[in-house]
Amino acid sequence: MAYSFPEEVLEHVFSFLSSPRDRNAVSLVCKSWYEIERWCRHRIFVGNCYAVSPEIVIRRFPELRAVEMKGKPHFADFNLVPEGWGAYAYPWIAAMAEAYPFLEEIKLKRMVVTDESLELISKSYKNFKSLVLTSCEGFTTDGLASIAANCRHLKELDLRESEVEDLSGHWLSHFPDSCTSLVSLNMSCLGSEVSFSALERLVARSPNLRTLRLNRAVPLEKLANLVRHAPQLVELGTGAYSAEIRSDTFSSLADAFSACKQLKALSGFWDVVPSYLPAVYSACSGITSLNLSYAAIPSSDLVKLISQCQNLQRLWVLDYIEDSGLEALAASCKDLQELRVFPSDPFGAEPNVSLTEQGLVSVSEGCPKLESVLYFCRQMSNAALIAIARSRPNFIRFRLCIIEPQAADYLTLEPLDAGFGAIVENCKELRRLSMSGLLTDRVFKYIGTHAKKLEMLSIAFAGDSDLGLHHVLSGCDSLRKLEIRDCPFGDKALLANAAKLETMRSLWMSSCSVSFGACKLLAQKMPRLNVEVIDERGPPDSRLESCSVERVYVYRTVASRQRLDIPDFVWTLDEDSSMRYS
Amino acid sequence: MASASDCISQSGPGLKERNYFGLSDCSSVDSSAVSSAHLESKNNMNMKATELRLGLPGSQSPERDSDFSLLNSVKLDEKPLFPLVPSKDRICTLSQKTIATGNKRGFDDTVVGFSESKTTNFSEGNWMFNATGSDPGQAKLAGTVISIRPSGTQLAIKSEVPAKTLQESTNKIIGTNTANAPAAKAQVVGWPPIRSFRKNSLVTTSKNIDEVDGKPGPGALFVKVSMDGAPYLRKVDLRMYSAYKELSSALEKMFSCFTIGQCGPQGAPTRKMLSESKLRDLLHGSEYVLTYEDKDGDWMLVGDVPWEMFIASCKRLKIMKGSDAIGLAPRSVDKCKNQN
Repeated sequence: MAYSFPEEVLEHVFSFLSSPRDRNAVSLVCKSWYEIERWCRHRIFVGNCYAVSPEIVIRRFPELRAVEMKGKPHFADFNLVPEGWGAYAYPWIAAMAEAYPFLEEIKLKRMVVTDESLELISKSYKNFKSLVLTSCEGFTTDGLASIAANCRHLKELDLRESEVEDLSGHWLSHFPDSCTSLVSLNMSCLGSEVSFSALERLVARSPNLRTLRLNRAVPLEKLANLVRHAPQLVELGTGAYSAEIRSDTFSSLADAFSACKQLKALSGFWDVVPSYLPAVYSACSGITSLNLSYAAIPSSDLVKLISQCQNLQRLWVLDYIEDSGLEALAASCKDLQELRVFPSDPFGAEPNVSLTEQGLVSVSEGCPKLESVLYFCRQMSNAALIAIARSRPNFIRFRLCIIEPQAADYLTLEPLDAGFGAIVENCKELRRLSMSGLLTDRVFKYIGTHAKKLEMLSIAFAGDSDLGLHHVLSGCDSLRKLEIRDCPFGDKALLANAAKLETMRSLWMSSCSVSFGACKLLAQKMPRLNVEVIDERGPPDSRLESCSVERVYVYRTVASRQRLDIPDFVWTLDEDSSMRYS
Repeated sequence: MASASDCISQSGPGLKERNYFGLSDCSSVDSSAVSSAHLESKNNMNMKATELRLGLPGSQSPERDSDFSLLNSVKLDEKPLFPLVPSKDRICTLSQKTIATGNKRGFDDTVVGFSESKTTNFSEGNWMFNATGSDPGQAKLAGTVISIRPSGTQLAIKSEVPAKTLQESTNKIIGTNTANAPAAKAQVVGWPPIRSFRKNSLVTTSKNIDEVDGKPGPGALFVKVSMDGAPYLRKVDLRMYSAYKELSSALEKMFSCFTIGQCGPQGAPTRKMLSESKLRDLLHGSEYVLTYEDKDGDWMLVGDVPWEMFIASCKRLKIMKGSDAIGLAPRSVDKCKNQN
């Protein structure tokens, strides 16, 4: 074409596009744009590691520098996915070790990572900079030692919420003295004590360190020394925040914090002794993120700290804060954007704290920028939800967990359909919703009608019939992830909306009424969906086809449907409706 | 679930189970009762269902036809991709009944069968919230309140939601403050949705506050459980049990399917009862023993130390073959048998 730009110009233009969606869109324009784009794509995000294969990725994108990938479905966080299901990182790491010698960043979420993988990472990429493992498992501190020892230019090692087999704290000492490049270190999920002097020396020789999240084993007495070495810290996670009450410990800590002029985020706070909290007050005016979700202290102490943080944007806290504390929060933190309230006693029969729906109502009323909420409580009413929806139409994430399954409106004893209906009707930008309580098909009608921007929906113990599921699948135009447990949804809605499933990343249904026969039919009709039946009772064809399966996980894929790592309790259904075993 | 089933029968014929195989002798089975008669009739239906599957398409019962026509009249926005009438595929998929066979975690007592009043709504095409409460999904007020969901589909097989929990929520809706609520709730898998690391950290975190209040810290303590020969691990929360006996019976239930192998084509509704007792026999017969790894990394036989001490030091559990467990501890395998 005479009027087309030279490739270099297009490449330069594309370099301004960072979001994967934009890049994907660009690559669809025409063949030459596809070619140009794929050669200059350096970052890739794979939302489901089984949606594509390493070979396909490597073939298409030869110049990757950063890979981000997710593995298990979200409900794996709550033990609904049996161990051994999959999401192994090794095949990817091994393939990329050959293809991308200049790879710099790997970010994995809910994947199984072995020490072997970690060692391979540490040895394969000369320029490796950043490893972020969120909610991963399968590795030990030996794997961390390889990373520490071999990655000469390591900037980031972040193990958020991963399950690490903690053999010893010795791994940290493997960072060579020459390593001065650390920017971010998050070891908060580890149990063992690391050598404190090694830690101190590491911090002292890392002038670029911005994020340091310690584990619980780092005692409070040592915290001041560490902080003193890194006054440039932006994010700090303390260890256990308790010590004998001594004025010298306190003043040393307070001094150290007063030197931190850039501190924006605080977390950790295990085993808090409230008398030590004022040590951080000098930093509070700059704090935008506070994670007190391990701090088992009474509301009054929590409020004293929180009210110091006038610029707070994100707060994670236990329900010890109670309604009164949330009211105080609403009064003092007008910039609040995200609130998560976790339960301190989720399995107790009776409430142990005075936290009700009122807390959420106060915060919604008082905080005009609030857009993201995760709230655990024991009672809810339609009136409260309607009030919340009206005060806060700018919610983009709304996750409410009423601890008792199928709990009705405690005032009227009705289902909470109207309440959640108000949420989806008023919050037009809602992208993520998790519901709980007593809910009928009606709420799904509301969702299908109003929640046009909804991308992720989590449902449990709700609905009456297939109609509920049908409303969601046929109405929610932007739906990408749907996860359902213990709902009476069955074959009809699923089969009637089979085409919709290809527009989504995945659908999870466990303890519902989806029959094995329907799964086979779905797999037959939709060759680009992988229909995995996950059933611990043995092969589904040893039971009637009308038998419900324990779990079904459906996801679109361009890779082969038969994943090689499939375990004994998963059956993938193929075109000819035959089942493949591992 | 006595109160719930009472309510069901009071509501009249609307909640009768549909009989899709035209077996009039199997009608009006109260699906909420897990009785041997129920299981037996299910077994009968199994057999007959097997037979019918080989029959010609189109030989369905009239009820089935009406069910599908109701759905068609609903005018789903999405054009149905598949004919909802069973086709030549011979797939018996869209029957309205699930035979809950081979289900070791049957939750038969929650979900009831097909509701006639619900189908009326379907044909009306009326989805608006009806304030007079004709919507069967709504918990009815004034006395007989039920939290059932008249399901248009099969009996749902739910995982491990014990009858007690639903009993409580049922009672809650009724408005009675039930005396049934146990001190600690029987736990539903994965509910409330809290990550394990958070649950485990609650154990020691909550002690700070609870000691002040004088209440015992609840929290949770998840450990992995593996079994020789089983393809995958499970996790159990040790704090859900207060004695070895409870733990051992929970594990029996969890791992029963592995010792027995696959269920046969008939389903085997009695399998559930069979497997638990068989596993118990196996455990008592010392074919399998329960062992644990303690904080020092040593493998010990479960049952040697007081329960509280055990949960404080247990890192993970393993169900080993008795022969492999010899030499684990000075105690003989017999001792372990006695503990169970």
